[in-house]
Amino acid sequence: MIRVQDLTVAYGAVKALVDVTFEARTSAITAVLGANGAGKTTLLRTISGLKSPVAGSITHDGAELTLMKTEDIARMGIAHVPEGRGVIGEFTVEENLRLGALTAKVDAKQSLASQYERFPILGERRRQHADQLSGGERQILSMARALIANPAVLLLDEPSLGLAPLITAQIMATIKELCASENLTVILVEQNASSALRIADHAVVLNVGHVVANDVASVVAEDEKLRQYYLGMVR
Amino acid sequence: MDVFLTSRIASDVLGGLTNGVIYGLVALSLVLVWRSTGILNFAQGAMPMLATYVGMVTFGHYFGYWICVVIAVLVGFLIGAGTERVLVRPLYGKPEINPVVVMVGFLTVLEAVAAAIWSSTPRSLTTPFSPIDFHLSGKPFALSAFSLYQIITAVVVMVAVAVLFRFTNLGLQLRASALAPEVSRLLGVRVNRMLTLGWTLSTGVGTITAILVASNFFTGLTPQVMDGIFAFGFIAAAVGGLDSPVGSIVAGIVMGIILQFVGDYVNSNAIILVALAILIVSLMARPNGVFSPVKTRRV
Ligand SMILES: Nc1ncnc2c1ncn2[C@@H]1O[C@H](COP(=O)(O)OP(=O)(O)OP(=O)(O)O)[C@@H](O)[C@H]1O
Ligand SMILES: [Mg+2]
Repeated sequence: MIRVQDLTVAYGAVKALVDVTFEARTSAITAVLGANGAGKTTLLRTISGLKSPVAGSITHDGAELTLMKTEDIARMGIAHVPEGRGVIGEFTVEENLRLGALTAKVDAKQSLASQYERFPILGERRRQHADQLSGGERQILSMARALIANPAVLLLDEPSLGLAPLITAQIMATIKELCASENLTVILVEQNASSALRIADHAVVLNVGHVVANDVASVVAEDEKLRQYYLGMVR
Repeated sequence: MDVFLTSRIASDVLGGLTNGVIYGLVALSLVLVWRSTGILNFAQGAMPMLATYVGMVTFGHYFGYWICVVIAVLVGFLIGAGTERVLVRPLYGKPEINPVVVMVGFLTVLEAVAAAIWSSTPRSLTTPFSPIDFHLSGKPFALSAFSLYQIITAVVVMVAVAVLFRFTNLGLQLRASALAPEVSRLLGVRVNRMLTLGWTLSTGVGTITAILVASNFFTGLTPQVMDGIFAFGFIAAAVGGLDSPVGSIVAGIVMGIILQFVGDYVNSNAIILVALAILIVSLMARPNGVFSPVKTRRV
């Protein structure tokens, strides 16, 4: 479980997050929604230790993360699939996956095999350079690279960005399935509110750095005011 | 066969190869630092020079050649790691000119320190290998036990670096840290350690190179021993591509051979001019220039 408490983050004088508080439970998907510039990416980067907060705390199963280094946070089992996916284009598919498996206490051969089984497309392209993959394939690769270390927490930054609706639906279904089968704590950042809300258990809505809603996903999905003003969803 | 091996052309090829592997090694050490930290290390010759003095001269009073070689390389590792930690780390993310100024300054300081401690008089290092050319059917050909030692050592170092980078998990992390430091951190790679290791390896490779150069009977060890060779290694790295280990090694070897022919068939004063011409032509063919990193870096 990830608990974020009174978190304030700033870039110079500009506050990107103000007093943000919420919880992401184990074996559940918590969607973090909001328009461009709402602070969603900043939130994930702060959880991963790429950005230091001005104030507040972030804990994972009770352990304070805000003073830890990114690499140690990753080694604790908090996997972050960054905005734009972060696959290393100069590496082959297999090298990308091996990099993900390195620091975890898992047998690399076996975990590679299990990712190829889960995502057959990656097995077919294991020797190809990652910059030759399509957008959807890259998204799958970066998810597989995060999952290969058997993380406890999965932070996903706009996995649907630039993908066709059909692929987005497939990826969302995969996330849902993984969350249940691996007991993952998933924090899913999305601008595409409708597809995220379809699979999420819980939803947090950000507006210019402030939490404007923090509730069960179905409640957020039905809230007319939220839909109209913050989520850009029109019926 | 004998006639060919003792011919003028074969001599030039062998002599060029012997020099070329040295340029290739210097280029490789420059590439190792450039790829990991985006810095062009102008002290790439001077740092190994210092390690060579410590290992081969200071410890040379107590131990034989091979033990001194090991000590020198270990000292080289330490100098590389220490330099990255203390001198270079504050420069990441600063304008490109800052590292250039700092490393050129460091080069000057190191050469002055070496001259103050050991004086500028050349020291000959006794090696187990004879510098006298082999003979075939009574004729000499341009290869000695020492040049064989030089070529074989260089090839072994190059292959070892290639194996490390291509086939080991450590190499995977070194490459990932250079290509995508932030993503690597998110995957748990200790990127700062990898950057230090890049400098450590580079100075180790450089020290082996400097030992070979200084072990040469005709050169000996001086504080400036690597200056000229650094220039050729630098040109090789620029021509072959600062982010391409294989390219820079090949460029170093090819340049060594070309320059040997120039020195033999034209005259030795033309060597540096031809080297500069090679550099200029290759930079014109690659208008982006060698100083522009392929990617913007966030270290
Ligand atoms: N590196 C930075 N330097 C300065 N300001 C930044 C930086 N990164 C983000 N910001 C600012 O912080 C605020 C939140 O940005 P953030 O990237 O977290 O938003 P987001 O919700 O992820 O947006 P998007 O949906 O467009 O990805 C914005 O006002 C942005 O301009
Ligand atoms: Mg974002």
